[in-house]
Amino acid sequence: MEKTVNHKAWFLVLPVLILVAFSAVIPLMTVVNYSVQDTFGQNEFFWAGLEWFEEMLASDRMWDALLRQLMFSGIILLIEVPLGIFVALNMPKSGFWASFCLVVMSLPLLIPWNVVGTIWQIFGRVDIGLLGYTLDLLGIDYNYTQDTFAAWVTIVVMDVWHWTSLVALLAYAGLKSIPDAFYQAAKIDQASRWKVFRFIELPKMMGVLMIAVLLRFMDSFMIYTEPFVVTGGGPGNATTLLSIDLVKMALGQFDLGPAAAFSLMYFLVILLISWVFYTIMTNLDKRGM
Amino acid sequence: MAKITLDNLAHSYLPNPTSEDDFALKEMNHVWEDGAAYALLGSSGCGKSTLLNIISGLLQPSRGRILFDDKDVTHAPTAARSIAQVFQFPVVYDTMTVHDNLAFPLRNRGRDEAYVAERVQEIARMIGMEDMLQRKARGLTADAKQKISLGRGMVRKDVNALLFDEPLTVIDPHMKWELRTQLKKLHHDFGHTMIYVTHDQTEALTFADKVVVMYDGRVVQIGTPQELFERPEHTFVGYFIGSPGMNVIPARVEGRSAYVNGACIDLSQGYAAPEGKVEIGVRPEFARLSQTEGLPVKVRRVEDVGRHRIIRADFFGHDINIIAGEDDRISADMNRVAFDADHVNVYANDWRVSPASAGAA
Repeated sequence: MEKTVNHKAWFLVLPVLILVAFSAVIPLMTVVNYSVQDTFGQNEFFWAGLEWFEEMLASDRMWDALLRQLMFSGIILLIEVPLGIFVALNMPKSGFWASFCLVVMSLPLLIPWNVVGTIWQIFGRVDIGLLGYTLDLLGIDYNYTQDTFAAWVTIVVMDVWHWTSLVALLAYAGLKSIPDAFYQAAKIDQASRWKVFRFIELPKMMGVLMIAVLLRFMDSFMIYTEPFVVTGGGPGNATTLLSIDLVKMALGQFDLGPAAAFSLMYFLVILLISWVFYTIMTNLDKRGM
Repeated sequence: MAKITLDNLAHSYLPNPTSEDDFALKEMNHVWEDGAAYALLGSSGCGKSTLLNIISGLLQPSRGRILFDDKDVTHAPTAARSIAQVFQFPVVYDTMTVHDNLAFPLRNRGRDEAYVAERVQEIARMIGMEDMLQRKARGLTADAKQKISLGRGMVRKDVNALLFDEPLTVIDPHMKWELRTQLKKLHHDFGHTMIYVTHDQTEALTFADKVVVMYDGRVVQIGTPQELFERPEHTFVGYFIGSPGMNVIPARVEGRSAYVNGACIDLSQGYAAPEGKVEIGVRPEFARLSQTEGLPVKVRRVEDVGRHRIIRADFFGHDINIIAGEDDRISADMNRVAFDADHVNVYANDWRVSPASAGAA
């Protein structure tokens, strides 16, 4: 069939273009604009070229924050994904308790981020917090405001508490989509519990797990509110993750140029890592794991 | 290989069944003879799959016992029963190769690799997938996947019984025929007890020595294909087997005559006046359109289905079907129908009534 060509059809995408321009492109371009200029106030700007990028790349500050960030994302993924799968496998498949579990599991996801931060900030305090006080009673030296290890444990556990549900719910959805016949056939074939997991459940969950890993990676890589409320990036810079450092630089010190360069590179790193994740996982998927 | 006995077996999916209607499987006693091939025939939802799952141990029956060679296995797990079962929808392990899929049941039982390899080759040849053994099962077509499922069912030689739950539903017609032949051959060679669930009567009649017809959670008739055709024990069997099914017409039966709207139809034998809802059943094959003989009928439509023609007609307000041969002349003045008296069955409350003079006949 001959296709008719009508370039007026491009006008149909105009509303979307305008919307995206205002919501994403223009703000991003403002940041690009800041990243190549310097200012001494009074709204006077001078061309700086790639100077800020060079400066940021040469500074330990950004690299340290990036390293901490990678560590944080890595740790929470290593905990949340297996734990989420484990929880999903042990959830009831139907009936009252299935609904009950689903509601309970969704609760942490519904709590606003700074509330989560506040909950854990208080929970962990040695003087009035249930967790901090109990640990103190047990003779364990736990103080997240002074001890780096304690601070890390706190923010990691907080994130696991907050987000494991998401992985579990996604994995649960994947498990629910497996027809009964698969389990029945596995019984007939005398497959062990491990083999049922390895050859039926895991392959059927791969799709949703891929989404879970991507979501959790991106979210954790951009995390700001919760650790900021709990530790404020401290003690010292021990829990200063990328976002926290960026906000300190942009709003605390008002270094617009370096902060803009920083945020652009931050954005590119997220994009790059997500792309690598996605490519690896879709390839695994095609090859059949 | 084993003889399978169902002893007062009944099953309900409800926790506290009260009336008979709550049972998906009504109480039944039946022996599946060792080494026989059975077809389990019935419409959807009549309890065929339930029965199969109880035999394989995927379901625990609410009542009764199930015995393998006189050994009670009612509460034995599936693994202990050594049953092979193939399901309606293909089940393959996506991430494994075709070879590993076929080898799976053997490896799980710890058979040595040399035996596994040999057996897999044999089965692959049987299902025509020798050249695909090293492929991942993912992405294969539905019928290739179902062939793998069938192969996994057939790969073990030491099974007590082979159960098939409508395994050929998703398969191409020509492949269907071939696989059915393979299954028959397998049965012939190894003599496994086989139970084959289907709702396709051709499949049932070609596959099995004995056909078991189920209706509404009950076994209504067990017999050879010919018995099912000539002497349906229940109107459902008459209706379900045959194409088109048996004509069932409400009638009054007295001695050797049946009366439909006052018109008389001869019966070959005498009946003691049956109680309840009385009907006569006659297969379209044993009805004949005629100019002079029989009772008046209004022909509504003639369908040519290839080998023969089906006449749809109105018989005293009841729809009936008549089969006429391809070369039989059908003309507008043929407005009477005659029934072959030897093949008119009498039913009371849907169950066949034996003639009073059965011994003499």
